[in-house]
Amino acid sequence: MNRDGLFKRVSVNAIALWLVLFVLAPSVLVLASSLLTRGDAQLVRAPLTFENYRRIVDPLYLDIFLSSFYLAALSTLICLMVGYPFAYLLARTSPRYRRNLLLMVVIPFWTSSLVRTYAMIIILKTKGLLNSLLLWAGVIHEPLTILYTDAAVFVGLVYSLLPFMVLPIYASVEKLDSRLMEAARDLGASRAATFVRVVIPLTMPGIIAGSMLVFLPALGMFYIPDLLGGAKTLLIGNLIKNQFLSARDWPFGSAASVVLTLVMAVMLLVYYKSVRATRRQEPA
Amino acid sequence: MNRVFKFSFMSVVYSFLYLPMIVLIVYSFNNSTYSLGWKGVTLSWYNELFSDFSLWEVALNSLTVAGISATFATALGSMSAVAFYRYSFRGKDFLYGLIYILIMAPEIVMGISFLILFVSLNIPLGFFTLLLAHITFCLPFVVVTVYSRMTGFDRNIIEAAKDLGASEFECFRLVILPLLMPGVVAGWLLSFTLSMDDVIISFFVTGPEFEILPLKIYSLVRMGVKPEINALCTILFGFTLAVVMIAQMLLKEKK
Amino acid sequence: MLLPMSDTIIELRSVSKSFGSLMALKNVELRVERGKFVTLLGPSGCGKTTLLRLLAGFDTPTSGEIFINGRSMASLPPEKRPVNTVFQSYALFPHMTVFDNVAFGPKLKGLGRKEMERQALEALEMVNLVDLAGRRPNQLSGGQQQRVAIARAVVNKPLVLLLDEPLNALDYKLRKAMQIELKQLQRKLGITFIFVTHDQEEALSMSNQVVVMNHGCIEQVGEPREIYESPRNLFVARFVGEINVLDAEVLSSNGGGVLEVALEGRKMKLHKTSNGHKANGWKAFGPGDRVHVLVRPEDLRVYRREDIEPEDASDFFPATVEEAIYKGATVDLIVSLASGGRLSASQFFNEDDDQLEFYRGEQVFLDWVQGWEVVLPHES
Repeated sequence: MNRDGLFKRVSVNAIALWLVLFVLAPSVLVLASSLLTRGDAQLVRAPLTFENYRRIVDPLYLDIFLSSFYLAALSTLICLMVGYPFAYLLARTSPRYRRNLLLMVVIPFWTSSLVRTYAMIIILKTKGLLNSLLLWAGVIHEPLTILYTDAAVFVGLVYSLLPFMVLPIYASVEKLDSRLMEAARDLGASRAATFVRVVIPLTMPGIIAGSMLVFLPALGMFYIPDLLGGAKTLLIGNLIKNQFLSARDWPFGSAASVVLTLVMAVMLLVYYKSVRATRRQEPA
Repeated sequence: MNRVFKFSFMSVVYSFLYLPMIVLIVYSFNNSTYSLGWKGVTLSWYNELFSDFSLWEVALNSLTVAGISATFATALGSMSAVAFYRYSFRGKDFLYGLIYILIMAPEIVMGISFLILFVSLNIPLGFFTLLLAHITFCLPFVVVTVYSRMTGFDRNIIEAAKDLGASEFECFRLVILPLLMPGVVAGWLLSFTLSMDDVIISFFVTGPEFEILPLKIYSLVRMGVKPEINALCTILFGFTLAVVMIAQMLLKEKK
Repeated sequence: MLLPMSDTIIELRSVSKSFGSLMALKNVELRVERGKFVTLLGPSGCGKTTLLRLLAGFDTPTSGEIFINGRSMASLPPEKRPVNTVFQSYALFPHMTVFDNVAFGPKLKGLGRKEMERQALEALEMVNLVDLAGRRPNQLSGGQQQRVAIARAVVNKPLVLLLDEPLNALDYKLRKAMQIELKQLQRKLGITFIFVTHDQEEALSMSNQVVVMNHGCIEQVGEPREIYESPRNLFVARFVGEINVLDAEVLSSNGGGVLEVALEGRKMKLHKTSNGHKANGWKAFGPGDRVHVLVRPEDLRVYRREDIEPEDASDFFPATVEEAIYKGATVDLIVSLASGGRLSASQFFNEDDDQLEFYRGEQVFLDWVQGWEVVLPHES
């Protein structure tokens, strides 16, 4: 169209300006800072170096990276194992209840995860609800120490992030044409085969999107280890936070977050591939 | 899978999601400081909360930031959604890409990149930097909400309006805007809650003299469990609950 | 041109439109007379909807010029053009009542409240929807929405009404009823209708003029009967109705009235008839030219062996029945010729001969009424 008008010019320029200034520019700055050297007077200084990236593979930091990935991956896996069947059942519930049931997943999705983490403390602490319940039931005789352990961090991550897994999977299951499943059964596939060969591939974009929405924040939510894990440095998020606020080593902190961004980029790539693969199977 | 299994599985998951919140809310009314036992209903924790003047100021700070950034993000985001839907222009895919990055980027990465940006631009950390950061991370949610509302109605509708004699502006005012309104309002509400609840990004971009509610709660919670915090968290939860319910109702009205 | 300029309402001068590397329209020339019901007919992707959108102003031509009522439409946005559109999807404003939808145009014209209401009600009356004026579009049936879309477009008294496959979403019966209603409406309003469809039956039954399109070009323009009875090329012949195509070679031509051809191993004389428009290019055929002889299934006559005199057998084409399909009003036969070619033939039931039972494998004899065939130059 050649009658562009004022509206188009204003809106396109405004959003372009904003995104370049507050998304592109900061990203470039982080990348630049990750290649510089830590300064004393200023925060960063020349010369250019890859030293910061090399330090990531130092045993000290590598340990944090690996344990962080491990914890995030395990949380993602558990969220998937619980979230997939849950989302699937939810999408197959009768429409009468579905709307309200879905709303009950959306509410924790939007609720402050700090508040929810705090609620978890009440449950997990030594004199908390869980221990009292277990003692009362006679399952245990001594209160368990759960709070301030890795297990607590793990529970906290799953609790905070489960809705982020459920919602995208729900969306992709709901879109699924139930006739495709009927067709598979009609053509001789068992229930299990239908699920593995038809349902899973077609809901793959939801699975990957959900995994991304769980895995990436799980690497970075520093307040969960802070509050539930007893302030031990456990996640890449804590490492980055400490580099910026206590150790004041910005270049190293930047390098760590560039690595995090790269992980995101790889996951996005996988996501796009799966979306395109699924699209191809749908009628135009 | 039989119904009993389905029902119990879903109940367990819902309990996991809600039980901690319910416990929190119940204990915010418990007339006991430390013990787990139930000592009767009291409103004293809420009383104490409301009489804490410094907390009021912090809450007001949060509401101000959330209100302004939600409004700004909604205006800019809705405009962009309309532009993305209606026009083709150079660099559109690139801007899409930046919005995707904004949605997907881990908050901690966004937090430190804002910090580096503001420090290198020499902008002192505080209200203003908080505002810029909050507008930015709310933006994609508005764009997505409004855009998906636009794709929900027939593309020909805009052409029909022009065909019947509406100018570009009349078309926007009489057709596009009324149709988008529920999406725009929902976008505002969601931005508002996002801004009210954000911890990680705010942690990096605010200064010591401008305190906001989530960070206040964070520092209080690090000291341990206290009944006043239960009350504060209950209020914040109730607030989010109300806002999300309204937003959902607006988005559902579509069909 | 014998016609005065003012009788031409739409004129396209070598209009092209490309989307990227795709040529949607190629040098289209078209002239439409005022007050006609014109159909743009063609398969999907032939450019008919693109042409309509260029007229409405939603797209601009890559080259060429469009005139409506003698005025160039270049750089005139849709809201300023004297045309209105009925969309395939209706595109009713979901947030407005039926009345507000129809009053949308008059309101924008800045008419007074009374005048605006009068016009809107008049338009609603025309489509019998006054009772539903307060409803929302989503509370209406498909047929009712269709009527609102029409009322909303005609209320502005456009010079030309553009209709983009407006009946597609309706079921068969409603569709038939709406065809008649649209035709009546066009007569009543006296304005030009440009109607896009891919349904040849719809095109033939509704229009004064049919524009057959394919691959971005106009293949033929003519009255429905002309299009059906004397298609200009194989595409038009095949797209508009069913037709049998036989290959033949010209043996001799007397330079006008009679063409002698070799067809299916027989010598045959084809006579140019005075009726109709059938003479395109006959004079150009000379001995040795390859031609197509086209016959509509309903023009083929099928005889049993006992129906013809044995000595006349050489006047017919012998064939074998492959399939006999009962269609209610007709029996359709698929027959194969000795050469292996297949033809289809529709036989109507009539009172003195209700014996239309044919059997698979039965030997039959074919001919057709002289002069009802169409002869076209060979296309590879």
